[in-house]
Amino acid sequence: MNEMSGVAQIPLSYTLGLSAILFGIGVAGVIVRRNAIVLFMCVELMLNAVNLAFVALSPYAGLQGQIFVFFVIAVAAAEAAVGLAIMIAVFRHRESVDMKNFSLLRW
Amino acid sequence: MLLLQEAAHAAEALITTDNGFEPVLPWLIVGLPLLGFVLNGLLSVLAARRALPKLPPVGDPYYDHAHDDHGHAAAPARAHAPALAAVGGASEPSEQESLDHGTDAHPVDRAAARHDAHDVHDAHGHDDAHDAHDHAPAGPKPFTHTLPSLIAPGVLIGAFVLAVLNFLKMRGVEGTHHFALSSAWEWMSVDTLRVAAQLQLDPLSILMTLIITGVGSLIHIFSIGYMKEDPGYPRYMAYLNLFVFFMLILVLGSSYPVMFVGWEGVGLCSYLLIGFWFKEKANADAGKKAFIVNRIGDFGFLIAMFLLFWNVGALDFATVNHNLLSGEKMVAFGGAMITAVALFFFLGATGKSAQIPLFIWLPDAMAGPTPVSALIHAATMVTAGVYLVVRSSVIFTMAPAASLVVALVGALTAIFAASIGLKQWDIKKVLAYSTVSQLGFMFAAVGMGAYVAGVFHLMTHAFFKACLFLGSGAVIHAMHHALHSTHNPADAQDMRNMGGLRKYLPVTFVTMAISTLAIAGVPPFSGFFSKDEIIGAAWNGAQGHSFLSGASLFGIEGRYWMGFIGGTLSIAAFMTAFYMGRMMIYTFFGANRTGDEERKHLHETDWTLKLPLVVLGLLAAFGGFLNVETEVPVVRSLNLFGTGEALHHWLEPVIAGASEVANQNVGELGEFHHAAWPIFLAIVIGLGGLATAWLLLSRRALGTADTQAAYDNGVEKTLYNKWYIDEAYDAAVVRPVRGLSRLFARFDMGVLDWIVDLFGRLAQIFGVAFGRLQTGQLNTYAFVLVVGVLIVLGSFVAL
Repeated sequence: MNEMSGVAQIPLSYTLGLSAILFGIGVAGVIVRRNAIVLFMCVELMLNAVNLAFVALSPYAGLQGQIFVFFVIAVAAAEAAVGLAIMIAVFRHRESVDMKNFSLLRW
Repeated sequence: MLLLQEAAHAAEALITTDNGFEPVLPWLIVGLPLLGFVLNGLLSVLAARRALPKLPPVGDPYYDHAHDDHGHAAAPARAHAPALAAVGGASEPSEQESLDHGTDAHPVDRAAARHDAHDVHDAHGHDDAHDAHDHAPAGPKPFTHTLPSLIAPGVLIGAFVLAVLNFLKMRGVEGTHHFALSSAWEWMSVDTLRVAAQLQLDPLSILMTLIITGVGSLIHIFSIGYMKEDPGYPRYMAYLNLFVFFMLILVLGSSYPVMFVGWEGVGLCSYLLIGFWFKEKANADAGKKAFIVNRIGDFGFLIAMFLLFWNVGALDFATVNHNLLSGEKMVAFGGAMITAVALFFFLGATGKSAQIPLFIWLPDAMAGPTPVSALIHAATMVTAGVYLVVRSSVIFTMAPAASLVVALVGALTAIFAASIGLKQWDIKKVLAYSTVSQLGFMFAAVGMGAYVAGVFHLMTHAFFKACLFLGSGAVIHAMHHALHSTHNPADAQDMRNMGGLRKYLPVTFVTMAISTLAIAGVPPFSGFFSKDEIIGAAWNGAQGHSFLSGASLFGIEGRYWMGFIGGTLSIAAFMTAFYMGRMMIYTFFGANRTGDEERKHLHETDWTLKLPLVVLGLLAAFGGFLNVETEVPVVRSLNLFGTGEALHHWLEPVIAGASEVANQNVGELGEFHHAAWPIFLAIVIGLGGLATAWLLLSRRALGTADTQAAYDNGVEKTLYNKWYIDEAYDAAVVRPVRGLSRLFARFDMGVLDWIVDLFGRLAQIFGVAFGRLQTGQLNTYAFVLVVGVLIVLGSFVAL
């Protein structure tokens, strides 16, 4: 690595650690928060944490990781589009994006 | 495909080798009536569709506004029928149309139905179907109601011609090789059980085929005149053709299972035709009664087949007879097993042929159209039991005790039914009990080993009883027409409303009179010869000239039983002559009681009603000469046409096995000198019964059904009420079964259903309990998910 660029490399442990922290924040947000928009953002956060891990690992594991990241981004974009559309539709009916109001299918 | 000859069967090889007789298109004999059924069935479906009221188009919300006057579009379709018919939608006789008439009549007894004020028009014709004839428009009938008149009798006549061809060919064959088998395909093949869909043409089955198709053709022709105004005419003809098809399968099948197919099939057709006018509950009930009672008999038939296969190892007639005769299977003569087989077969026969204890359905079966009574419940189907016994003659001969039971039951049925017939007022009921009684004669004959006499009486009975039933049909037809024309609600079948009809229905009178003389046993009419042969067989047996004379039943020797049977049959024969004379006197003699206005409408109708009567009348008169006994004094001298004992010779190959068994086990019967007194007794009985009826009844002034009481004293009341046998069965069988059913129902609902419900409730409880875990909050689920993932990951790490 060093001989490739000469620039000091960020150690792998740092990037993986950051990825883990971001993922943890995302998980915690999904568990704790009730605002649907925020939940979305937390999901996106988790996806991007995984992206970060892919990218960080790609020098060791090959290019597949980086290619995978593009897929994840594409899927995340689509998911965001659909999810937000659902959110808007739900909001029109319920005047709320609070998840605690959406338990219609419960027993 | 049907004509495919298949020579795979072992038994077939047994017989068809060196066979002189080649049948002519045997499958076409059964195929033609089936074709008729299919065509007429299609026509009846078509007729029913065309007669349907025009329903509003589905999903058209605006339809209803145009037809506001009769309710919503969703109302039952029937409500539309009259209105639409008036508009002009239904310009043909429709079954649906007549649904509106008389549906609430519930004639437990006829009087109640007669005075049903709701629908005076139709109440008086329980039997007659011409409800629609003054509602129907005068225009030409639709093709669905004209084509069956050609198809139904046409296929029957075709089958009859084929049967005659086969008969002539069989007659031309020298020696005893009269058997021919014709296989279509192998029906069942399991281990050693091999059953082929196969026809057997032999002297017995061809004789039965001739009777069925011949008498059947005549009755089909009669049906045209009798039923053509009925809205259900094509359906009727379809059922009738289907019946003939199954009846031919029954007599032509080469094995018990194939016979059983026909056996069940004729039961089905009988049910369908008894309940033909099913809108009246009594008719539908009569059909059900016939079907259920027959089911008990069919159970016996099945058990007999199982036992037979178990012990003899085959189910086709040829192999069964071969195995029994060769002694390969070690079935002991007179043993318990063969006796059981014979008795179970006889149970089947009692159901189909209306013998004690299963005879109760036949009188009720008169609810069907009269030609049906003539064809199914007099001439053909009810004789299936006799045919079965003759077909199984080897089995019955091997079981002398069972044979005596058959004869005894037959004799008791004969006298029992005859006694009921003495006091019936319904013309068809008289004939119904007469049929039961005559079937008793046949069973007495075959039970005593006089198989040919049984078949002979079967044949002559088919002639004269079909003639009598068709005659009664013509009478009812005329009565109904007369009563209908004047809107008189009286019963068209009650003899108290008739009287003096011989002036108005001359052809019917003459043919019925001939048949009455035949059934009463007046020489030289057909019934004399056949009935005399039966009673003569009993007297001969009583004098020791029968292989059953030495057998014993309940510790009493056969000769005494046969003496008893002879006496019983003689009394029954006297009663027969008496009640037939009574029926003729009340119907055709004396003053007419129908009514002054009605009398003008009494007349005979077209040739379709007369021709069958004339032909059957001729057969009833001369049919007896086919089998004049040449050994018996007096009768011998009546052998005018030189055809003495023709039937004996003809059927000899069929019952050869039975004779062989008897000779092996009992020994040859020596020469026997026939006495003359039984003949004179028979003649005295026949003429005496008629004369007694004439002396006692011809001067009696009778009122109509409304004024004349049905009975005068206790004995008459008992006879009129059929010895209360229906009530006794109700108390002894129906009610206990119903009580037991109720008990089981309570067990079912209380215990079994409770257990099933318990599982349902348990599932519910668990569902509610675990349902609490579902909070409906996404966060909870996410949390559980994460915990789950952590556990899985942790377990990976830990392991």
